Amino acid sequence: MPILSKEEAQVLLKKVLGYSKAEECEVSLYGSEGGNIRYALNAVSTAGDISTTGLSVTSAYGKKSASANIDEFDDAALERVVRRSEELAQLAPENPEREEIPGPATFKESITYNAKTAAMTPDTRAELVSKSLDVTKKAGLSAAGFIENSTSFNAVMNSKGFFAYNKSSDVIFSVTTRNEAGTASGYAARGFTDVSKLDTESATRIATMKANKSLGAKALEPGKYTVILEPVAATYMMENMFRFDARSAEEGRSFLSKKGGGTRLGEQLMDEKVTIYSDPFNPDLPSSTWGRDGLPREKVVWIDKGKVNTLSYSKFWAKKKGVAPQPGPGNIIMMGGDSTLEEMIKSTEKGILVSRLWYIRMVDPKVLLLTGLTRDGTFYIENGEIKYPVKNFRFNESPIIMLNNLEALGKAERSISVESYQSYMIPPMKIRDFTFSSLSDAV
Amino acid sequence: MKRRDFIYLSGLGAGALMLPGLPSLGNPIDQSAALESVDVRIKKELADAALNAARAKGASYADVRIGRYLNQAIITRENRVLNVGSGESYGVGIRVLANGCWGFAATNDMTKEGMAKTAAKAVAVAKANAKIGGKPVELAPQKGYGEVSWKTPIEKNAFEVPIKEKVDLLLNANGIAMGAGASFVNSILFAVNEQKYFASTDGSYIDQDVHRIYPTFTISKVNQELGSFESIRGSSSPKGLGYEYLNASEAEKVPGIVTRYKNRYDLLEDVKQMSRVATEKVTSKSVEPGKYDLVLDPSHLWLTIHESVGHPTELDRVLGYEANYAGTSFLTLDKWRSKTFKFGSEHVNIVGDKLQYGSLGAVGYDDEGVKCGKWDIIKDGILVNYQAIRDQAHIIGLKESQGCCYAQSWSDVQFQRMPNVSLQPGKTPLSVDDMIKNVEKGVYIIGDGSFSIDQQRYNFQFGGQMFYEIKEGKIVGMLNDVAYQANTQEFWNSCAAVCDERDYRMGGSFNDGKGQPSQSSAVSHGASTTLFKGVNVINTKRKIG
Repeated sequence: MPILSKEEAQVLLKKVLGYSKAEECEVSLYGSEGGNIRYALNAVSTAGDISTTGLSVTSAYGKKSASANIDEFDDAALERVVRRSEELAQLAPENPEREEIPGPATFKESITYNAKTAAMTPDTRAELVSKSLDVTKKAGLSAAGFIENSTSFNAVMNSKGFFAYNKSSDVIFSVTTRNEAGTASGYAARGFTDVSKLDTESATRIATMKANKSLGAKALEPGKYTVILEPVAATYMMENMFRFDARSAEEGRSFLSKKGGGTRLGEQLMDEKVTIYSDPFNPDLPSSTWGRDGLPREKVVWIDKGKVNTLSYSKFWAKKKGVAPQPGPGNIIMMGGDSTLEEMIKSTEKGILVSRLWYIRMVDPKVLLLTGLTRDGTFYIENGEIKYPVKNFRFNESPIIMLNNLEALGKAERSISVESYQSYMIPPMKIRDFTFSSLSDAV
Repeated sequence: MKRRDFIYLSGLGAGALMLPGLPSLGNPIDQSAALESVDVRIKKELADAALNAARAKGASYADVRIGRYLNQAIITRENRVLNVGSGESYGVGIRVLANGCWGFAATNDMTKEGMAKTAAKAVAVAKANAKIGGKPVELAPQKGYGEVSWKTPIEKNAFEVPIKEKVDLLLNANGIAMGAGASFVNSILFAVNEQKYFASTDGSYIDQDVHRIYPTFTISKVNQELGSFESIRGSSSPKGLGYEYLNASEAEKVPGIVTRYKNRYDLLEDVKQMSRVATEKVTSKSVEPGKYDLVLDPSHLWLTIHESVGHPTELDRVLGYEANYAGTSFLTLDKWRSKTFKFGSEHVNIVGDKLQYGSLGAVGYDDEGVKCGKWDIIKDGILVNYQAIRDQAHIIGLKESQGCCYAQSWSDVQFQRMPNVSLQPGKTPLSVDDMIKNVEKGVYIIGDGSFSIDQQRYNFQFGGQMFYEIKEGKIVGMLNDVAYQANTQEFWNSCAAVCDERDYRMGGSFNDGKGQPSQSSAVSHGASTTLFKGVNVINTKRKIG
């Protein structure tokens, strides 16, 4: 039951709409199934297998609306949930921001589903974890890691003839390798739509190599350094920036707010090497082809050669401002450059190679000032070579300032934010004058 | 329950599932349904079906958590109600030991067949994982308690209060803020009720009814001309209390440069004072970086305790189970074994307490059926203990678990989460005013702000809500752009004084994240105002473009 096909979803949604007596009714159906293994000290610590399905009905009378949900699917339950949403909607106060539901629309088929990933089992996951553990055991290191696969679908149908469906699957993997003394640590993370691209063995080898090379870290003075951020580090640093919301900017409470009012749309906010877009058909990071308010998702350039090119507008805010609505991004892709990581290192007289960042928190939202730390592989570069591992740093830096100090970009690759577990396509990048404010003894 | 009162506004619950930051809101429900709990006899029958099926499939141990989790979030902005979400999530999580390895499965199919099927799945997961190898799980013994129950000692169930009453309170607060010159104001009231039933092959059948509440607001002042803005949050803390928390009481107020609150909160008074503070903050001077003595109010210090004491004393972190995500801990076993590791000065006494009145983490039994209690973690500055669960107790020589196991919902596996971890008040009488009188150059910080700490809990940076400059024993004005950085051990060793129990209050986290997949838990941290000498303060002001 958890994963319904497009046709099965249509049949069920039509049945639910058949019970509706409201002026407008919208029904959404969703389900997911998947599992995970968490391991530490070279053994499994927890594992789970979870499946869920649910249905939500929204009934509306003019500006009044209400929703009710269920996870039962017999006819009586389906009618009951429709009646409940109608009863609540008739008695609800008006919501001035409520927009009419959309009419019929067609959307391109997404490429977010992969049958091999959807077919993963507890045994498949255990096998992938075993391959990772073989590497760390041979290296005499201890591994702590996590693998999780999920397949989900969602479908929406309304009383004006709108229907949209999407099915997707994903697998994520991450591993931290440490020596017994706790003096060395390395990390690798991977995320894919297609599980056959996931090589836990090679990823763990990289984490193992980083751990071995991180032994004997030396302390450097904090200050401004040229840094080379590997994609995992760059991703986590920048995901705080990917909110291109027009409303908060126009209300004056965003880094995209303009002095004197309005937004910074059209302004050169960062280096011209920076282009950030979303594209539901990116084969490495696909997304759903429809978004909030039932709007289609197409390729949208948010930052074009450093200029703020597009902001997202809900239907309500777009109407208020007299512009076309624009759904927010379903994925984020930053265009890369032609440098390799090796070339970036080679061209660096003095700098720091950063593998991973950690515990990033907002210090000042006006300028997106963030603080956080380096972790699991921080190395000093001198005269184009990695010289030695260094102790971790705390930084205080804004991604906006950082992207104004951009020297070079590598090829964009899919990487995972270490805390939100969102995937992005982000290149490695070389940045000058990155502000490290103190040292950390943590390994 | 007055059904009509619920219906008046619950229609605004539309879209509640989409609310960011409310992962466990669950399915919207009728408020009247929220007051009907599941019959304990039904839960016992379902639990027995699961336990029997697990044993039949080869489990050497099994536990069953039947959970009904109710959440309500009322969200307002200026003069509008953005959302009222009343949610329910009901289902079961079954954990088993088979072939020496843990397995877990969850379902919302609440039939005996559903129990048996899910128990079999949990055993299959355990057996698949056992093939990977590793040390077999060693469980601390736990006696069965038979059929017992526990309930948060609330006076008024927040789910019984008509939604209109709550909405009116929040909109009234917003009106006060807007009238006082706010550009924007958001106010939210969260309420949580965890109805948890635990049963295990040890012979426990534990029924618990846990309540939590959190009213909060944020006032923003925008200066469009300068393109800048300032925000300030209210002085409330989330609590393990019922709606009585919002019944203001003079006896629970702590007067000072701003009024702060203990176990009763005056929302309308607080909105008035925070509107004033927001105006002052806009024109306050930027801090001069350097070394300062810090006078930290409990509304701020709770977060420093949480990050720099609570997390590093989690035994799973010490052992390496969080290494891939939140990290490990500098408080390694050798430091504990030495019995001389000087975590802090002699003023630093920190306890774990799962029973504290009004705390977010208060329960009678944890999520693996262990009766809860209180114990020392830091005693006179020395590390003396950790926080452990059943499969870790033997590692630190305990005969039984300390009851620190928790899962955020029935569909998540339980694991080690911190108890309420609190700094004990000073034994010598000392008021906040007397403490400030002895500070030459200092900053008095009230309220929690940005926070970040490294993966072994050494290096940290904390901001705050309100910063007051202290010069020669007097508060001389408000500061802005303040954050302090320190190393955990140096910081706690710089602790020079702790106010006495008259000033003791709890702050807390409603959503503390940990684990993979990440789960949230709620936990409180108590303290009295505390003095730290010579801490590094930085200035966080920056400009872009």
